[in-house]
Amino acid sequence: MDILEILLTTGFWAATLRIATPLIFGTLGELICERAGVLNLGIEGIMTMGAMAGWMWVYQGGDLWGGLAFAAFIGMLFGLLHSSFTVYLGLSQHVTGIGITLLASSLSYFVFRMLLPDATTPPKIEPFQPYAIPILSDLPLLGPSVFTQTPMTYLALICVAVIWYGLYRTPVGLAVRMAGENPLAVEAQGIDVLAIRTGAVMVGSALMSVGGAFLTMSAFDAFYFGMVNGRGWICVALVIFASWRPGKALLGALLFAGIDALQVRVQQVSGAAIPYQFFLMAPYVLSILAMVIMARRAAYPKALLVPFRRGDRA
Amino acid sequence: MSAVLRLEKITKRFGSLVANDGVSLSLARGEVLALLGENGAGKTTLMNILFGHYVADEGHVEVEGKALPPGAPHAAIAAGIGMVHQHFTLADNLTVLDNVVLGTESLWRPWQGRAAARSRLTSMSSEFGLTLDPDALVGDLSVGERQRVEILKALYRDARILIMDEPTAVLTPQEAESLFDTLRKLVERGLSIIFISHKLNEILAISDRVMVLRRGKIVHEMPTESADRHILAEAMVGRAVTRPKADPMEPGRPVLSMKDISLRPSAGGVALVNVNLEVRAHEVVGIAGVSGNGQVQLAELISGLSRPDSGTLTLFGETLEQPSPAKVVGLGVGRIPEDRHAEGVIGEMSIWENMISEDLRARPISNRGLIDHGAARARTEDQIARFDVRCPGPNAETRLLSGGNMQKLILARALSREPGLVLANQPARGLDEGAIAYVHGQLLAARERGAGVLLITEDLEELLALSDRVAVIYHGRLSASLDAKTVTPRELGLMMAGHDPNEDTSGTQGSENGGAAA
Amino acid sequence: MRLELREAPPIWLAGLAPVLAVGAALLLCAGLIVWTGESVLEAYALLVKGAVGSRFALAETLTRATPLILTGLAAAVAFRAKLWNIGGEGQLYMGALAATWLGTGALDLPPLLLIPVLLIAGALAGGSVLIVPALIKNKLKVDEVVTTLLLNFIILLFVNYLLEGPLKDPMSLGWPQAAPIVDEGLLPKILEKSRLHLGLIIALLAALAIWLVMRFTVWGFEIKAVGLNARGAAFAGINVNATIIRTALISGGLAGIAGVGEVIGLKGYLTLDLSPGFGYTGIAVAMLAQLHPIGVVVSAFFLAGIYVGADSMGRAVNIPTYLADVLVASSVLCVLVSVMLVRFRIRRG
Repeated sequence: MDILEILLTTGFWAATLRIATPLIFGTLGELICERAGVLNLGIEGIMTMGAMAGWMWVYQGGDLWGGLAFAAFIGMLFGLLHSSFTVYLGLSQHVTGIGITLLASSLSYFVFRMLLPDATTPPKIEPFQPYAIPILSDLPLLGPSVFTQTPMTYLALICVAVIWYGLYRTPVGLAVRMAGENPLAVEAQGIDVLAIRTGAVMVGSALMSVGGAFLTMSAFDAFYFGMVNGRGWICVALVIFASWRPGKALLGALLFAGIDALQVRVQQVSGAAIPYQFFLMAPYVLSILAMVIMARRAAYPKALLVPFRRGDRA
Repeated sequence: MSAVLRLEKITKRFGSLVANDGVSLSLARGEVLALLGENGAGKTTLMNILFGHYVADEGHVEVEGKALPPGAPHAAIAAGIGMVHQHFTLADNLTVLDNVVLGTESLWRPWQGRAAARSRLTSMSSEFGLTLDPDALVGDLSVGERQRVEILKALYRDARILIMDEPTAVLTPQEAESLFDTLRKLVERGLSIIFISHKLNEILAISDRVMVLRRGKIVHEMPTESADRHILAEAMVGRAVTRPKADPMEPGRPVLSMKDISLRPSAGGVALVNVNLEVRAHEVVGIAGVSGNGQVQLAELISGLSRPDSGTLTLFGETLEQPSPAKVVGLGVGRIPEDRHAEGVIGEMSIWENMISEDLRARPISNRGLIDHGAARARTEDQIARFDVRCPGPNAETRLLSGGNMQKLILARALSREPGLVLANQPARGLDEGAIAYVHGQLLAARERGAGVLLITEDLEELLALSDRVAVIYHGRLSASLDAKTVTPRELGLMMAGHDPNEDTSGTQGSENGGAAA
Repeated sequence: MRLELREAPPIWLAGLAPVLAVGAALLLCAGLIVWTGESVLEAYALLVKGAVGSRFALAETLTRATPLILTGLAAAVAFRAKLWNIGGEGQLYMGALAATWLGTGALDLPPLLLIPVLLIAGALAGGSVLIVPALIKNKLKVDEVVTTLLLNFIILLFVNYLLEGPLKDPMSLGWPQAAPIVDEGLLPKILEKSRLHLGLIIALLAALAIWLVMRFTVWGFEIKAVGLNARGAAFAGINVNATIIRTALISGGLAGIAGVGEVIGLKGYLTLDLSPGFGYTGIAVAMLAQLHPIGVVVSAFFLAGIYVGADSMGRAVNIPTYLADVLVASSVLCVLVSVMLVRFRIRRG
């Protein structure tokens, strides 16, 4: 079986979309934060928190969509915490983000252990099931793969369109983009920069959290320690790869997931000729490469990492 | 005439500094009120309070008889106040239309009325003669055009009161004339204008009434028709400060020569094209130009921060192959950077650390990688005394210094080793008259001692007062140098807009458009 | 509400701030303890007792503090230059790998030579992995936070591969672990009947050395200057890129030494669970110390005490030991705020 054959299997395309879904959510979330001028390195922890919170909601008897909403809400709270530090107090976005990641992940584990002190094997929930879109799912190849996914994957795709529209076609999107380019311009037009940035970080963090929840509520059915496993950091790299554009973020996530899905399959074919650890490295190596390749063209939002303090002019 | 705007006893403190001290003023409909004061007098602070960027510690603002809530720019805008900031508040990566419509629509409306906004903007810009392409990126516009965007932003929101903060600082004399025409047009339509400046002739030309602000207080108020330069100058400074004048001297050997130097554009910057320049001992060569025409690139080359792509840069007869700031300093160049805070000092380090930062790897400051704190302190104390840096002591944080004292620190570092070439990039920007006179005195003393001085400035008055020769930089090209004794500001202004003063004396309007397209 | 820069923050406030911040973090975590249904005072008393309550506890805390001092210094030095090295974990493993490679029989040297060789090799290995992100940052302006983080994952997988493949000890009964370090390469214990080893002295000397470098040398000056204002430093003639590379070598080297110490001082051989996140905790250590090298020693002891104490507390009462991580994370965030409040005062309007 060569690579071309792999590319023609429905399993490959289904896996690509499945791997891409949390990355799409996470990348969009990070993108919104950065467009407003705030680097959110809390992403890894917020995704962990979302994975735990959404799962726990369902495990405690709530329904799946409620769990999703709960994950989003918890993500927002961490976004609020992040922005209180970085937006209102103007603290280092790097250090705050790492602090939030430490806090959110350790708190997730604490709460999980607290509520399930004796669980030796992770308990399971009934996750989202694939939904075959009528008619479209009858298409060859694409039908059973692209159009037979869980609702969260469809939601991720819808989010791409909604966020593109929101950023480029609405007044509030213009304000968000402007806040990331020149916050003084936003303030001079009578809009509260701090509120815009806070809002963006909260919405972005909610998306990250939902991305994490996908792992426990759709891709798998249980919460494991360390299950986010660097996906958050990969999203940060993908935002750079995407030049801060939602459409390209989708493309980047799919490309990335495609290569990841491919390597798993090539690994199965190649047997033990190449140690499996090198295949597992692929996503991280790819992320670094993506950033290096795009570096020369990267058009950072000009006010990224720059805190805005009212009255701190000139 | 009824007052459209009143400020009542505004007081604003920053720590121990009183920026505004019980300032009251009123503005009548259709009036141009000039607010005159030197740098640091509190003009900008006052206007930022009026616009809601700052909240006053005491006092209040009334528009059309109604109190304006403090600290709320949106309320100021809604009350009809428009502000054109000295440093433009525009986003370079967005279009003119985006910059103008931001904030004009309810944030939560799920769509933008772009077609309507575009036609309104287009009709307004033709009505007021402020030609602009609504879809151009702001980053691609000339400085003059960006100012038009700022004015249109205010007009688009139906401003009745326009605050212009140092609007001519960045313009050529011709652009300033055209701005005045626009302002007169606006006044005819019933707008009221507060015009902030420290340039006396402009204030005499445009305003109906003048108020002079000194150290946060209104010290003088009169109708413009009864004012003259002398009264205003003295009121502004409070004492007679005379800027030093250059005595004629015979220039000596060349200390800097640039031959056919070209530099490819960096991100967001302009290219340098075939720059030729010579600076000799005992002379000041001035470089005029509207900001963003290559001054930054020119200064970086001479500071050792970049390397030309082609051409040769010779310092004191030695061709510079691998430039670096350390090498340039070692050869004998004293550098005064454009931006004190970003480049000149490291604000969170102490005064002594900044004083020795250029000599870090040289004896006696350091020996085998170890810093000699005793020697560093001794040098710092010596230079604090010689250059009269007012500070709590060598260990104080540098960011706490006033602008003038920070500049003295930089002068001390750059000039105390008696450099053969002094690069002075906007050396007086943002300083008060006393500090300006000091800086100019130091530059002329260096010239007297035998140094060549390259002075880059946007202030034509400063340029002509200090320079022996002047050249104009426009779109990365440097003109041949002219005798500073004979050249007029008007000629320089034309050259700054890209015209040859010998053949063209009309078209000042379309100048930047032509330039931007080039 | 807005923040205004204080002209001269009072010194007592600057000293008190981290203490108050840790107090605030303890108070916040008390909420979590209340939720578990245990007594807050009892839990904290158990934690303190478990950390410093006996000779054994104290020795364990000091043992745990040893790598944290080094990874804390690694983060502190790098952060001073605003080189955001989050790759301490990977650099630590690279150091451990170098010690394993040279210390399991490849070199036949007496202890007085072998131990320094292993330490230097580990430092070079740790430093060299940070060179790559530093170069990418210098040349291409790629944010080093993400690259150093991702390198952690790559290095861990690489170590995993080596331990299951080329470096696997055939005597290990199937466990993925490397051959033991030769006796000449092992650090002596410095306290009887404990696991405390010479690595602690090495770590303390490293802290002293870094303090001296930062305070008295041109290199230290340059690191500070680049971190505070890279443009200003470059203008003054400091070679910013060289300073970043030098900082990377020092920082990565310190983390590498931490890894060597764990292998030749504590475990005796390399495994995949050599470090329970010392590289990441080092960041917290450095933040709590406000990047001061001597402060790093204090905060490393403090955090080590929390981890060791929480372990023993978790055995005694029904509180998940993850409380320690939560406590550390919230301390970091509280310190950030407290430092802010020292430099600025909050004013209305």
